[in-house]
Amino acid sequence: MKGLIKITALVAILVSVTSCQDNARPNYQYFPNMYESVGYEAYIESDAFEGGVVAQIPVEGTIARGHSLFEIPNTLEGYEEAKANLKNPLDSTAVDFVRGKELYDIYCGICHGTKGNGKGKLVEREKILGIPSYDDAGRAITEGSIYHTIYYGKNAMGSYANQVNEEERWQITAYVLKLKADLEK
Amino acid sequence: MKESYQSLDDNSTFNMKQVIYRKLTSKILNLGLIVLLTFSTSLYAQDGDPAKGKSLFNTNCAACHKLDKKMTGPALRKVESRLADDHGLDREWLAAWIRNSAGLIKSGDAYANQIFNEYNGTAMTAFPTLSDQDINDLLAYTAQDKPAPVVPVAVPGGGGTQGEAGLPTKLVLGALALLFGLLALALILVRQTLNRFAEAKGVELTESQKNGSLWKSFVQNQFLVLVTAILLLLTSAYFAYGYFMQIGIDQGYQPVQPIQFSHRIHAGDNGIDCKYCHSSARVSKHSGIPSVNICMNCHKSISEVAPATATAEHSKEFYDGEIQKLYAAAGWDDAEQKYTGETKPIKWIKIHNLPDFVYFNHSQHVMVGGIQCQTCHGPIEEMEIVHQESPLTMGWCINCHRETNVKVEDNAYYTKIHEQLSKKYGVDKLTVAQQGGLECGKCHY
Repeated sequence: MKGLIKITALVAILVSVTSCQDNARPNYQYFPNMYESVGYEAYIESDAFEGGVVAQIPVEGTIARGHSLFEIPNTLEGYEEAKANLKNPLDSTAVDFVRGKELYDIYCGICHGTKGNGKGKLVEREKILGIPSYDDAGRAITEGSIYHTIYYGKNAMGSYANQVNEEERWQITAYVLKLKADLEK
Repeated sequence: MKESYQSLDDNSTFNMKQVIYRKLTSKILNLGLIVLLTFSTSLYAQDGDPAKGKSLFNTNCAACHKLDKKMTGPALRKVESRLADDHGLDREWLAAWIRNSAGLIKSGDAYANQIFNEYNGTAMTAFPTLSDQDINDLLAYTAQDKPAPVVPVAVPGGGGTQGEAGLPTKLVLGALALLFGLLALALILVRQTLNRFAEAKGVELTESQKNGSLWKSFVQNQFLVLVTAILLLLTSAYFAYGYFMQIGIDQGYQPVQPIQFSHRIHAGDNGIDCKYCHSSARVSKHSGIPSVNICMNCHKSISEVAPATATAEHSKEFYDGEIQKLYAAAGWDDAEQKYTGETKPIKWIKIHNLPDFVYFNHSQHVMVGGIQCQTCHGPIEEMEIVHQESPLTMGWCINCHRETNVKVEDNAYYTKIHEQLSKKYGVDKLTVAQQGGLECGKCHY
């Protein structure tokens, strides 16, 4: 009987030790003050900022370094104006279709399709419907309208201004025009 | 029935009867068709093909319109009959609107202006290429009745399979436990009866046979005691070392996130590139937790998951609820299709956390090194709930730097240094370590 008690005690200890391993909690650290930054890390919480988050949007009326002002407004008139007048500042030597394709396939191809025919994977799987082909006559997209749409979004499409920077947006625009030309062939 | 086999005559009469029957059924069919047609004319879709209309709708209209829900534009089920009844507008007006809504607004049409203003001046794309037949097909599709909801039928089925999947394992385990319990009981009983037999036969169990003698002789043997003590110390040292070495390592860490975002559905099933959401992994130290506007890029249109997305573990209702949590965080009013401005940040829990004294840069690994996300993060595209796959220890980093060859081909930046270093080490492929990837100052400064 004594042996039985000893065995159960051993099992109980083992169980209690192993059951402490909880994957939903982080492990112990030796010197947490060496692990945790004194300065603000990205995305952390802090009462010093509005809403308690460090990640803030730029103050209204300011432009971050490396960014420039896009003066055409997010309105129907702005769209028409961009469509008619906005031109790609990248010249033919700066346009890089390899990078353009890489970016396009990540950010646009999932809905618009890698060929630009509006048959991306999400459309094929019927998650998102009604994506137009780039050669759609009713829309008659131009480089200005493409850039405006990437910048502000249009209807159900959201803005991609925070995922790709200005130069990348123009690379994508150039690549979309190439896809459009290929579709119209 | 017998008669039909008796003679040719009877047989022919039988056939005659059948012909009459056939005529009758065809007449009934015709009548039904007429009835159907009259009904369908009352639905204003006398000459369109709803199937064709559906594909036209999905390619042209579905970006902004749903049948039963307001989206960028109004819901379109029975749009033609609604317009005719409420505003006295006919198909000709609709066709003019579809082909060139801007022109119709400019012409000063009252209802065109009303709807344009109601949707905050969002202009509908012109579809000049749609033929009359296309528009008829489209309207035939929109005139269809709403299909009866299939969801309530699907849910008990899903629940059933869930129960079936959960029950057997529990049952088997319970049965096993019961079996073992019975075995243990049987052994105890056998022992008891044997003891009783022994007592009955007068066999005395001596003290030495029972216990104690082995333990006594062990204690008396000092060499054995010494060896066991050393062994015990060594094993406990081994386990203590193991325990202390795993402190600060979060391999397998799998916290419960405020919204159960399934990488399996997004990156796996739908094949969305990792960098679509984690876009700063291309350009920054951090891979970046996407802000909710990136979620809303797609979830503006996807307010509920497809029934096929539900698994035995998580129902459709569960996933729909998670999307509602996103809407609450983004301040998106799904019924009104606009942002309310009342946002609240989602408190995601950071899983992969490097100590403050080490520097790691995502863009350097992802863009320059061309390392796949899965190399360090494991099969993310299969994870329903993400856990930390790799230990993220220094030894783990160093090991990879020793084994990984740098992609120097077609990279003008590396040409010269590659030539020099490969001559120095006498190899044609350089590892990260040979390029200085083991220098302390690379990551600790």
